[in-house]
Amino acid sequence: MSEHLPVLLVVIPLMAAPTAALLRWGRAAWGLATGTSWVVLAMALLILRRVQDEGVISYFLGGWAAPIGIEYRIDTVNAWVLMIVAAIGALVMPYARASFEREIQPSKIPLLYAGLLLCLTGLLGIAATGDVFNLFVFLEISSISAYALIAAGPDRRALHAAYKYLIMGSIGATFIVIGIGMMYAMTGTLNMADLAQRLPEVSSRTVSVAFAFLTVGISLKLALFPLHLWLLDAYTFAPSAVTVFLASTATKVAVYMLVRFFFSIFGPGFSLEVMAFHWVLLPLALIAVISASLTAIYQLNVKRLLAYSSVAQIGYMILGVSLASVTGLTAGLLHLFNHALIKGALFMAMGCVMYQVGSVRMEAMRGLGKKMPWTMAAFVLGGLSLIGVPGTVGFISKWYLVLAAVEAGMWVVAALVLVGSLMAVAYVWKVVEAAYFQEYKGEFEVRQAPISLLAPTWVLVAANLYFGVNATLTSGVATRAAEVLLGVGP
Amino acid sequence: MRILGLYNYWIFIFLMMVGFYILISRRNLVKKILGLNIFQTSVFIFYISLGKITGGTAPILVEGESEVVYSNPLPHVLILTAIVVGVSTTAVALSLVVRIKEAYGTIEGAEINAMDNRMPPP
Amino acid sequence: MSDQVILRVAVKIIVPMILLYALYVQFHGDFGPGGGFQAGVIFAAGIILYGLVFGLRRAQKVFPTWVARLMAASGVLLYAGVGIASLLLGGRYLDYSVLAHDPHHGQHYGILLVELGVMITVCGVMITIFYFFAARGRETL
Repeated sequence: MSEHLPVLLVVIPLMAAPTAALLRWGRAAWGLATGTSWVVLAMALLILRRVQDEGVISYFLGGWAAPIGIEYRIDTVNAWVLMIVAAIGALVMPYARASFEREIQPSKIPLLYAGLLLCLTGLLGIAATGDVFNLFVFLEISSISAYALIAAGPDRRALHAAYKYLIMGSIGATFIVIGIGMMYAMTGTLNMADLAQRLPEVSSRTVSVAFAFLTVGISLKLALFPLHLWLLDAYTFAPSAVTVFLASTATKVAVYMLVRFFFSIFGPGFSLEVMAFHWVLLPLALIAVISASLTAIYQLNVKRLLAYSSVAQIGYMILGVSLASVTGLTAGLLHLFNHALIKGALFMAMGCVMYQVGSVRMEAMRGLGKKMPWTMAAFVLGGLSLIGVPGTVGFISKWYLVLAAVEAGMWVVAALVLVGSLMAVAYVWKVVEAAYFQEYKGEFEVRQAPISLLAPTWVLVAANLYFGVNATLTSGVATRAAEVLLGVGP
Repeated sequence: MRILGLYNYWIFIFLMMVGFYILISRRNLVKKILGLNIFQTSVFIFYISLGKITGGTAPILVEGESEVVYSNPLPHVLILTAIVVGVSTTAVALSLVVRIKEAYGTIEGAEINAMDNRMPPP
Repeated sequence: MSDQVILRVAVKIIVPMILLYALYVQFHGDFGPGGGFQAGVIFAAGIILYGLVFGLRRAQKVFPTWVARLMAASGVLLYAGVGIASLLLGGRYLDYSVLAHDPHHGQHYGILLVELGVMITVCGVMITIFYFFAARGRETL
């Protein structure tokens, strides 16, 4: 059975989604979704171990060999991303129960679990597949379910946010299809490994145009500055659990797509030397880090503040990728994992506040340090990790990032990374100041968040601390993944 | 002559630009979706015209004849999938518009933005 | 529109033919152009036409909402289930060859079942979308 793991990983949540939609009781759908997400996590961990031991896993759907059939091809990079998505999924599902019951109409709850499972399917599919058109289909599965999930937010502005995301996301997806079509027109194949072989032989202007279309399309999906505007409203108005899930997985998978297309399919030679993408993306990433961090300081809504911070963190990832060295890519891929942990923990803490207080505005934070000590302690630890204090995962990614910048001789970049961290101190402090140094002024009694919300939050916080101290595991996998992408390692 | 011979790509680019322009310039939410549809349809035409081989026929095996030239069926299959994706996107978009109309009473982007800005921040 | 005699009579004649044609497109799909997606849309179009002329309530009597929802979900399960079945029988996912005693028949049954799943889902989804849009803003659902 274990040889079928790559496809089961995608099929099991795909089958669970319609079943969840048929169930009438939110609790039943929740049980199904949680069970599924844990099975998926177990399979993702098994795959990661197998890839570590045995190398690339290849699976042919329907027994049709590549390049004719669809191939699921999992190397260290895919396995790493699969593990991140599955782990976040397995933590969000238990968290979602209490959060949905507070924020969503009971009759819609099963459909929301179906949406979450479909989104999970899509994201896992993107990370598992070795076929570019299949990747597009999974991208749209995840995106369309994300639009519906965001629109379920309690505020009416959630609808407008979902609409704007839909328009931007569809433009991005269509650009990606155009790019894929041009690659197909030049090579006659859709298999990633096959494309990587044939593209250098045909390299012409069409391939360059395909590269440009793919870059813009994926940048829209990953909310790279200046294409990030959809992300802010979407994260602010989505239901809390949905924000946690999307913030820690969707953009990460888009970053994976970017590195997969740039390094595995077009190859470092073409991407770096002919197209010189890093001279485009590096400045954009730096602007994202500085401008989004700066804007985050002035936000009055903590979810929106964290959304701006996400744009900045995506800047860090792209910065690592566009440094295009083994250290730089390692930093980018490490931050993929670390940022999922950080933002997951922070948004989950905000979900707890939303559950008890009903608002995540800055003034709603006043005095919560005493009223909800566990929630705000989780926020503080997550915030420290976001800043990059030693002993947290945030420090590990910043360390590799600065190292890569110094290696490349870009001292300015290294300095700007540190400036970005200082700005993170400013916006995290604003929340801490309100929570711990101001008195609670509300009328009703605020109690501790329920344990079903706090437990997943603290698992993520603990992971933040554990992988911050013991980074050999994560950085080892990330380094190997970076070597695979640049084609220097085994 | 070379430019005329590639007329299918010209049609694709023209439609793509028309759709994209509507998508950017219109503020009405339904018109935006129309633009998005034209934009996506242009890509369908691009793919399908890729699969056409001059003199090629439908790719159904004819027994006993080995000299038949077939069109490439793969782009058609891909586009069948892309059409389904496009239909689903349109369905989700339209249902969002219906709900926006119910919640805001308008489908003009500018008015909705103004109403959003007047609302107390979340 | 239910007071228009010509429409009512015409629809009563046309709808069964549309449904029959949908089944033709479905099951002729292995030999010629056709297939589950088209068949599902055509089938749903028949029901939707009936609903447009005779009203939503009559249509929902013929084809209740819960049936449409069940179909939308079960088609996907049928599709994925065929894949799981071929996997349990020792093949790869969606490898139809192992479904019957010889690969030729296996491929035949496999694609038939998968296309049936597509048809069921597409039909269910189309009808559900129509019902929900049509019922919007009215009390009767």
